[in-house]
Amino acid sequence: MLAFTLRRAIQAIGVMIAVGIISFSMFRFAGDPVNQIVSIDTSAAERANIRASLGLDDPVLVQFTRYLVNAAQFKFGVSYQFRLPVADLLKERMPATLELATCATILAMIFGILMGVYCALRRDTLLAKLFQAVSLIGISLPTFLIGILLIYLFAVTLGWLPSFGRGDVVPIGWWTTGLLTLSGLKALILPSITLGLFQMTLIMRLVRAEMLEVLRTDYIRFARARGLTTRAIHFGHALKNTLVPVITVAGLQFGSVIAFAIITETVFQWPGMGLLFVQAVQNVDIPIMAAYLIMVSLIFVTINLVVDILYTVVDPRLRATVGHTT
Amino acid sequence: MPVRQALFAAASVSIVAFAMTAFSMTPASSQTLRYANQGELKSLDPYTVKETTTIAHHAHVYEGLVTRDKDLKIAPALAESWETPEPTRWRFHLRKNVKFHNGDPFTADDVIFSADRVRAKGSNFLTNVPADAKFVKIDDYTVDVKLDSPNPILISQWDGWFIMDKKWCEDNNAVAPTPASATTPSYASLHENGTGPFTIESHQPGVKTVFKVYPGWWNKPEHNLKEIVFTSIGSAATRVAALLSGEVDVIEPVPTQDIQRVNSGGNATVMAGPEIRTIFLGMDQSRDELLYSNIKGKNPFKDIRVREAFYKAIDVDLIKNRVMRGLSTPSALMIAPQLFALSKDFTRPKADPDAAKKLMADAGYPDGFEVTMDCPNDRYVNDADICQAVVGMLARIGVKVNLLAQPKAQYFGKVLKPGGYQTSFYLLGWTPASMDSHNVLYDILGCHDPKEPTRGEANLGGYCNKDMDALTDKVLVELDNAKRDQMIKQAFELVIKDYGYIPVHQQALAWGVSKKVKLTQRADNQVLLYWATKQE
Repeated sequence: MLAFTLRRAIQAIGVMIAVGIISFSMFRFAGDPVNQIVSIDTSAAERANIRASLGLDDPVLVQFTRYLVNAAQFKFGVSYQFRLPVADLLKERMPATLELATCATILAMIFGILMGVYCALRRDTLLAKLFQAVSLIGISLPTFLIGILLIYLFAVTLGWLPSFGRGDVVPIGWWTTGLLTLSGLKALILPSITLGLFQMTLIMRLVRAEMLEVLRTDYIRFARARGLTTRAIHFGHALKNTLVPVITVAGLQFGSVIAFAIITETVFQWPGMGLLFVQAVQNVDIPIMAAYLIMVSLIFVTINLVVDILYTVVDPRLRATVGHTT
Repeated sequence: MPVRQALFAAASVSIVAFAMTAFSMTPASSQTLRYANQGELKSLDPYTVKETTTIAHHAHVYEGLVTRDKDLKIAPALAESWETPEPTRWRFHLRKNVKFHNGDPFTADDVIFSADRVRAKGSNFLTNVPADAKFVKIDDYTVDVKLDSPNPILISQWDGWFIMDKKWCEDNNAVAPTPASATTPSYASLHENGTGPFTIESHQPGVKTVFKVYPGWWNKPEHNLKEIVFTSIGSAATRVAALLSGEVDVIEPVPTQDIQRVNSGGNATVMAGPEIRTIFLGMDQSRDELLYSNIKGKNPFKDIRVREAFYKAIDVDLIKNRVMRGLSTPSALMIAPQLFALSKDFTRPKADPDAAKKLMADAGYPDGFEVTMDCPNDRYVNDADICQAVVGMLARIGVKVNLLAQPKAQYFGKVLKPGGYQTSFYLLGWTPASMDSHNVLYDILGCHDPKEPTRGEANLGGYCNKDMDALTDKVLVELDNAKRDQMIKQAFELVIKDYGYIPVHQQALAWGVSKKVKLTQRADNQVLLYWATKQE
């Protein structure tokens, strides 16, 4: 067990180093940050000064070592655009992203499971077919388009919900939450739907397929033979067994919800980390880009690691074959 | 047509419904003006980021010795008046009874401190105050500025040089300007202490900034606002939606394709006007062989007939009508008409592709040639579309243009001086920071000269005419305005005769403004809300 965990941890570190190398090499193609800092009529001499003070003139290897050493200690330096420590900026933006991602995931779980169960149990009804059609839209329409459509319908035409921002937020320590004010909750609705739609359709389809599979198994047949009520069979036995893979997938998807929040945040001007990242890319703000990429990959790697370890805890059969897993 | 009528009815119903809901949704705490811009307010230190949006924000809380009025004319601000007793000495009389937001009085010491700070290492506003200007305190409310040589445009960039409080900076360890490369955040980049009509109540960088009116302002406010809430909305569609739904009162900019919709939406209009930035095309005339062309061993742009052909092939009216949807002013000069009194003496000849074709044949390129064009795609209004149109127009005279349209981060890295002017043919926009022709003559049209590296730094194509340079030097020190304008005119005539550059147009400003708000649009695209009034 310990060996297994160690192995996984070492693999995770390997992945993090690879991400570091890839992201560093990408920055070299993002353009010249000095151009984003100064105006066009700044003299070449002044530009050269700024380059030197940012350490952009050092050899690539020196820059890379400095970057890796700092990243390993979570020191990401100061943003070129805001002149503030990147760690502070991320800390300030993190609550917005996490709240949005959590709401979107919960929304996706609730509606995805309900719709999935319905589609499995009442396969041939009109409503089930409608759900299937909606799920196709959710899978195939790009996020930004859904976001803009929602804005035009609910914010501009109907005027029910705000089109951008987080509304009023309440600070709790360093955390800020929009869940405690009416405007904050209203502002959360459209972005959560936009961000969660893809997950919702994914979960719905998964639940539907799993449920149909489970309903065909022997123990369900035995349960029926024993004379249990349909309700007990469907929700007590079938759904419970369906949910194991669903929860795994939803957990893994949480990482990508955070990562894909970039687009939703841009469309809704949601002041989270994704928006910060997009602005950083446009302005070649390398410290922010580096920190964000490292952080997102850390989230992914951690979730994967935890899921792997949990699997072995939950399912002892996996432990026996530990030596052969890759 | 019943269908059309039904559509019309549906549209009007939805407009009414929308107007009503928009109204009910915003229980407008009146006199709070909500403003959204695509850019961000990156630093509150007024010497850190030299960029229009940032400077405009700072202008609400900080003031300079001079300011510019609604027509961009220089007007007194913290200096009540000034005179030039000798050509090389200026005397400024400072306004009395002015207080900074923290209550400190404004005196000559603050001016001298600010003059040092703005020219210190790390400032991005070095060029706003000439290096040779020596500031001398005469008494608490009089400052002399001594120069090495006469300079008629000494104060032309001082509207962007804001005066800071010496004591406040010293107390908060902010004596040095927050440089672009700062490794620790400076107090001055997160706090303000100016003398202007507004104070900043809260500032979340890149998210939201709240301005409150400063009751102790020395001047009588023209606005009726209590509060300005500024939000940055980068996505154009969201910005327009926020205006249409009444969640914000003012947006800048409105994308050209959305202007129609904003105007027909019912509760907002688009304020459009000419901007002073000139968009132009430049050609590499200095290299012996172009970097990006199929012509080897020589540079076709060195032949004036080729440059004239390019000039005549490009139809700026067509660009105005098709690409800019009417929102541009075709330009004959490399400077906007608002900034040069004699602009009216110049007219741009009509496009003439046939003459252009003949010129190409005379120059020895009857079948044209290939050249790569560099173009930004996120810097100016419809920049990449303009370049695409130019590609089509040049195809008519046989020139095959390979368009390389890139984001500004890559584009400027390639074409500007630090990138080695790596371009053969490009599109660029320029606003003279001093609002004066000398800036254009010196920075864009001046010859490259290793002895004087700042001359022609933005002259990416390396155009050079020594006679024009001589005129430029005379323009710099000429104090008689009428004579000066004549010299500028001669200089521009030389450039036109050489076909050194191809001016395209001045793009239009487009601000989306709620019908409840009245404001003044200044041609330098600074959104100055201290001239705004909002109805209850």
